[in-house]
Amino acid sequence: MPVPEPQFDDLYREIILDHFRRPRNQGKLANPTQHAEGLNPVCGDEIVLDLAVRAGTIEDIAFSGMGCSISQSTASLLTERVKGSTLEEAEQVVAGMSAMLIDGAPPARELGDLEALQGVAKFPVRVKCALLSCKVLEEGIDEARNGTEAKETNS
Amino acid sequence: MLDVARIRRDFPILDQEINGYPLVYLDNAATTQKPRQMIEALVRYYETTNANIHRGIHTLAQRATEQYEGVREKVARHIGANNPQNIVFTRNATESINLVARAWGDANVGEGDEIVLSLMEHHSNIVPWQLLAARKGAVLRFVDVTDDGKMDLDDLRRKVGPKTKLVSVVHMSNVLGTINPVTEIAEIARRFGAVVVVDGAQSAPHVPLNVEALGCDFFAFSAHKMLGPTGVGVLWGRRDLLEAMDPFLGGGEMISVVREQASTWADVPHRFEAGTPNIADVIAFGASLDYLSDIGMENVRQHEIELTGYTIDQLQRLDGVRVHGPLSPEERGGAVSFSMEGIHPHDVSTIVDSYGVAIRAGHHCAQLLMRRLAVPATSRASLYIYNSESDIDALTAALRKAQKVFSDAGTRTAV
Repeated sequence: MPVPEPQFDDLYREIILDHFRRPRNQGKLANPTQHAEGLNPVCGDEIVLDLAVRAGTIEDIAFSGMGCSISQSTASLLTERVKGSTLEEAEQVVAGMSAMLIDGAPPARELGDLEALQGVAKFPVRVKCALLSCKVLEEGIDEARNGTEAKETNS
Repeated sequence: MLDVARIRRDFPILDQEINGYPLVYLDNAATTQKPRQMIEALVRYYETTNANIHRGIHTLAQRATEQYEGVREKVARHIGANNPQNIVFTRNATESINLVARAWGDANVGEGDEIVLSLMEHHSNIVPWQLLAARKGAVLRFVDVTDDGKMDLDDLRRKVGPKTKLVSVVHMSNVLGTINPVTEIAEIARRFGAVVVVDGAQSAPHVPLNVEALGCDFFAFSAHKMLGPTGVGVLWGRRDLLEAMDPFLGGGEMISVVREQASTWADVPHRFEAGTPNIADVIAFGASLDYLSDIGMENVRQHEIELTGYTIDQLQRLDGVRVHGPLSPEERGGAVSFSMEGIHPHDVSTIVDSYGVAIRAGHHCAQLLMRRLAVPATSRASLYIYNSESDIDALTAALRKAQKVFSDAGTRTAV
């Protein structure tokens, strides 16, 4: 009996490959308020995020770095999703990604196009690729918040 | 020519399907599979011989001791060492190198002294020296790698000098497959009285060896990369150096006389084998060495030269595939790293795994080399005695599928 061909549609959805080939928000910001980086030492994936946060809103965001299709397309989709969001909304997106990829929860509505990454959950060794930019964003959010608090304390 | 079909019957693990496809195991540089002869020797030891060695007077203890020490002799034959007593059993090649860094390095390397390594070293031959350098205020110098993946001997001549205390290089690169001219390297190092350490983790399984002729002072490797069990490493060293060294770890087995405030050490090699060693796995490793010696290391090498040539040739026929390292199979072993245009190694590995093909993707514990090659990571297929051209055909067929998934024109259903 012939073996059925493996199907990669779950992992490599067209939107993921599209963001991998034509990344959105790639580059550096001229005047970032926050800068965060993350490295996956096991595989060498690297994500750098520049954020411009004003009045609790991510007005602009850009990513750079290198890595596999999952890490890079996630960064592209994530920056697209959170640009213009408040820090709280962005945090919910990150939490939604963790729930979907680690706990196997159905994609939360606030994930938007990021729901395309749901198939990654079936490839446990690749989950860390998708979560890398989420972790970096979380760090950027924390820094933005602490920075804001610091300024408030100072004034 | 090896009778690959017959060899494969000795490896139970190969007879299975992965994701519905026959397993094609091409990750031998990470660890090799095990012949039933080794597995049976391990079980036989526990079922018939198990006892602690070197201490007991009873029959089982004597039997276990004889078998354990017998493997020391087999190891000596495998690497061409004159004296089995110059062979120390450790946990792995990493521990063997750490043993030298501690027991030799701490006593012989001081502030401002230089340790020369190369950019193609595995992290296991970098980090122990970084720790030693930090303890002693020594300086690490790195020999460059040429664009075609060879050790830059001109650069080596520039980096080795009167301050050089130690040169430690890989015999066969786990990424590029390059076989380094250790004898020539040792000659250069010796002019300045430097000690030469060779990381043989990739060469001991694949090429005929004669450590006495190699010109090095220490030679380290692991059993699990050569049909043996995990948890056994080997360090061979020159007698006079080993005898002058203090212990690496303290405890039972490694002492001569213990008094309240101080003790005297057992002779080499037991001085460096503190505590109950990995008796069972060392004895099982003996069966792996028998297996390789029955095939003959010359035949192993010849098989891999032919198959490496085929692998490189088939990979280069694919569009957008670049093979790293020397292209002539005579100059290299069967660890073949490659890059595919527009597809990251992780994606390559995930896709070929869906077709039952096991390869490695990543930096292969060689981040300095990745930086030198200006790649974030590579895909690597690595060969052994049970691999054949059909395995390589399965790999290249799966790589074509990966290209299709990632090609702009690819339609999602007809992968």
